This record gives sequence, C-alpha cells and structure tokens, in this order.
Amino acid sequence: MSAAQTTTADLPPAKQKTSPGAGRARAGTPGTPRRKGPGAAPWLLLAPCLLIIVLIMGYPLFRLVSLSFQNFGKSELWGFKEAEFVGFDNFSKVLGDGEFWAVVARTVVFAAGAVILTMVIGMLIALLLQKVSGFVKILISVALVASWGMPIIVATAVFKWLFDADYGVLNYLMSKLPGVDMIGHNWFASGPQGLAVIMLLVIWGAVPFVVITLSAGLTQVPKELEEAARLDGAGAWGVFRHVTLPILKPIIVMLTTLSVIWDMGVFPQVFVMRNGNPEAEFQLLTTYSYQQAFVVNDYSGGSAIALVTVLLLLGVVAVYMRQMLKIGEVE
Amino acid sequence: MTSTTAPVAPLKQKTKSKLGWNLLGLLVFVTMGFPVYWMLNTAFKPAKDAIDPNPRFFPTNFTLDNFRRALEISDFWGPVGRSLIVSLVVVVIGIAVGMLAALAISRFAFRGRKIVIVGILAVQMIPLVAMIIPVFLLLNDLGQYDKLSGLIITYLTFILPFTVWTLRGFIVNIPKELEESAQVDGCTPTGAFIRVVFPLLAPGMVATSVYGFIQAWNEYLYALMLMSQQNQTATVWLGNFTTKHGTEFAPMMAGSTMMAVPIVVLFLIVQRKMAAGLTAGAVKG
Repeated sequence: MSAAQTTTADLPPAKQKTSPGAGRARAGTPGTPRRKGPGAAPWLLLAPCLLIIVLIMGYPLFRLVSLSFQNFGKSELWGFKEAEFVGFDNFSKVLGDGEFWAVVARTVVFAAGAVILTMVIGMLIALLLQKVSGFVKILISVALVASWGMPIIVATAVFKWLFDADYGVLNYLMSKLPGVDMIGHNWFASGPQGLAVIMLLVIWGAVPFVVITLSAGLTQVPKELEEAARLDGAGAWGVFRHVTLPILKPIIVMLTTLSVIWDMGVFPQVFVMRNGNPEAEFQLLTTYSYQQAFVVNDYSGGSAIALVTVLLLLGVVAVYMRQMLKIGEVE
Repeated sequence: MTSTTAPVAPLKQKTKSKLGWNLLGLLVFVTMGFPVYWMLNTAFKPAKDAIDPNPRFFPTNFTLDNFRRALEISDFWGPVGRSLIVSLVVVVIGIAVGMLAALAISRFAFRGRKIVIVGILAVQMIPLVAMIIPVFLLLNDLGQYDKLSGLIITYLTFILPFTVWTLRGFIVNIPKELEESAQVDGCTPTGAFIRVVFPLLAPGMVATSVYGFIQAWNEYLYALMLMSQQNQTATVWLGNFTTKHGTEFAPMMAGSTMMAVPIVVLFLIVQRKMAAGLTAGAVKG
C-alpha cells in the first residue's frame, strides 16, 4: 500500500502538486515573485456563484426547515390561514407512524442493493474491458454510452415496455426456457418484485458512469507495480486486492457516495413506472414525501419527511466530503 | 516497460484466453444494449407487430407510422422548444458564473476556500425531491409558478454546483507553469489566462456545457411539478402516452427515440472528456 503511494508520487510529474495549506494564502512556485497574496480577487470571482446559490438554495432550505415545524396545508397555501408553528408535532407524527419506518427500511434496502450491485457490476465490467479485444471494447463502450445518455424518463418508459405483462419481450424470452411460463406475468403485482425491476433500471442506468470512471482510474494504475506484485507471487486476486484497489480507493469512495445520494433520491423511476400513483408497497422516502405534500396536501408533513431524508444522507455525505476535500487539496 | 519480466505467452494460447473474455464481453454488450435496441426495434415496426405474442427480433416491416402517431398524441414541438430554451439559458448562466467560481477555487489559495468548496459540494448533495415543496411554495409566492423563468432558476440549483466542480477538474489539469511562463514573458495574470488557459480549457467547457445541457433537458420532477399541462417540457410530454386506458407502447417508443437519439449522440461526442473532467484529481495522491 505504501509502496503504491510512493510509486504514484514518483510518476512523471505531469501535474505538480502544490500544497495550498502550506503558508498563508500564497499560490505559485517560488519562481514567481510578482504574485502577492490573492487579496479580494477570488471572492470577486466567487461572488456571482455564491449569490445565486444562497438566493435559490438558502431560502428554500430555510423554508424546508421552517415548514416542517409549522402546520401548513391547503388553506395556508391559498393564504386563508396563517401558518402556525407547532414545534415537533410533525416529526412526532411522522416518526410515530409505522408506515414511515416501513418506508425508511424499504428505501435503505433499495438504495443499498442498487449501490452495491452497481459498484460490483461496474467494477467487473471495467476489469473486463481491460481483457477484451479492441472491437469488443468498442461495442461495449457504445452500449454503455447509449444507456448512460438515455434520459431517465426514456429509460423508464423502455423498461416499462420490456417488462409489460402481456407483450413484454422479457416474459416472452423467459417462457422460452424449459419449464417456465411467464406469459401474462405482472411484475408490478407485488412491491418487492416491482421494486426489483425498478432497481434493475436504476442499476442499468448507473453502471456506465461507474465503468467509465473506473476505467479511467485503471489506466492510472502503474503496470510496473502490478508486474512487481505478480513477480512476488501474487495471483490475479492478490494483485487486485493489494495493488489495484488501494490506488482506486478514492474513486471508489467518490462513486459509492455519489451512488448512495442518487439512489436514495430515486423518484421519476418509481413515479412513472406506477403511472404517477405508486401503491403503498412501492413507496420510497422520496415518493412518500411527495405524496404527503401534494396528494394529501400536508406540506409540513412532507417537509418533515424530506428533512429526515436529508439528515439520513448526512452520514454518507460526511464521508464523501472528507474525500472530496482531500481531492480538492491535491491541486 | 520491462520486456524481460514475464516470458511471452505463446500466441495461440493468448488468443484462446482472449476468446473467453470476448464472449463475456459480447454478453455484456447484448445485455446493456438490449433495452436501447428494443426501443428502436419497437419504434420502427408496425404497432400491431409490437403486440404480437411472438415478438419479431429483427425489423422486417419498417414503418414511420409510430412517429406520426407520437406527434399526433399531443403537441411535440412546443415541449421540445421549451426544454431547449430552458436548457440553453441554464447552461449559459451556469458556465458564465461557474467558470469564475471554478477559477477562484482552483487557482487561488485563500482563506475560506475550504468552506466554499464544502458549501458548493453540499448543495449538490441535497436531493431535489427534498427541495420540491419549498421551491414550489417560493415560486408560487414570487409569481414564477408555471413560467419558464421559474424553471430556469430552479435548474440552476443543480447545474451550477455541477458546473463549478467539473470545470475545476478541467482547470487543475492545466499546468500552472504555463500561465506562469506567460507571465514571465510579460502577460498580466488576466492576459495569461485568456491567452494560455482559456484555449486549453475550451474542450472542457464544451463538454461541461453539453453535459449540463443534457442534465437540464432530462430533468423530470421540477418540470412536472412547476409547469402546467400547457407549458410542459419534453420529459413530461413523454408521459402523455400513458392514459387511464393503458399505454400506447409503439408510439411511446417512437417518442422515446425522438427524445433519446439526439441526446445520446451529443453524449457520445463529449463523454470521453467528461470522464476525464469528473475524475481529475481523484486518482492523484
């Protein structure tokens, strides 16, 4: 592991590392005496961006929090009534509801399943890409990019068609197997099966990004290091475990955390698959919050659920932040 | 490259071992590509063939009827035009503002830089769905509900942080020394940036723009919630094929094709650059 790090650092210095943390506010190498501290310049450059973010994110975020402590329904929306603060009422209502916890458990299982499968399949395909001949590589890349570029909504429509009970090609193909009769099988009759289909759709859409990013990472793994490990008697798994994985770790952490964030936020896939009205056993935190707010017209209840979702994500985000900060530092 | 290390495997053995991997690779290709293929296949065959109990796997009766039907179901060009306007405006604002910010966090060391980076990243992490309720109320209060301008404002929430972060990736890949030597040759810092960095950054900016455009184009939730039926965008338009009486799949696949193909082609052009930008720095150290 430490060998890996030193060797990476010894590679041709295409990009020189400067450590912004060192000293105060001084960029540039010693050879540029004319640059004094950056002064106000970076803040001027940042100003428009920060202003927009604060205006369009800050207020809604504040409003999300305040809504979840208010009583805000349809009459408050139309301005017939003033919204009144109700303390933790919304939260105790939400957290005391058995259905909410069922939704939380379902969401966690769904997201975990999708993330793990995406990462494993993505890694396997990325490794496979290194083994295949040029034309197969091109074929796979085309398929990957095509599925990556497909708008989520289009992909959802296509999967709906593939899994259609009566005319879906999947039921037809499966029925060709000996002893299997799937014609007319409704994949969405039960929640777990329907969510498995939706998970497949999510994975299908997410794998390409993982493969392409990991492939880019794999090209940076020094061949000399792999060979050295092999000479020392490491098998394929040993090389992967002790050379490739440690070098790819930052990318893997980044991809995993991004996947967690995306897969916890799955919405259109469920919403559109279930024709805009997901049944109880299809509800994930996102659709559940949406339903509370816009179907039941309980905006504060929906906000409370959304806020709990955000808090749930914070744990993951903390890990991600640390990784990103590290990346941000090695410039 | 050390050629002395491993003995060169006999050629025959090498091709044989590749064959297995290639077959596996072809399986991956078929699995990943099949949904796309099936969309195209259904879009171009007669609607009655689409509901044949024995589906045809290769197009024999090529037809454009599904596309005609898709365009009839409801206005197509209106939603597409709206999506186009929203995506373009969002990208232009995103790039202009994001570029400056990316420059600040990647080329300057200053107090508070860390906090800014964390802040911009944190914004990316808030799920859109969590924000839909307050955003809906905010636009309602501002009289921006059901307006393209309102949609543009909300799209900036996810396009802007993304743009900053990706452009940062491209900028850090341009060696600082280039700028510095230009300054030694008498350029001002701004001049050095415009003459040296900017041209090198152009491909990255194009890739970021295209990718941002695609993200905005693909957005569904805000488009659904913040726009009425008369002002729907392209993604929401696709929902029109599903009614209470069922889904018209063949025209829906034609509609999907019309929406996906231009985007996939754009994507094909920039994806290589994107992977580079997104991972810049991730493997360093």
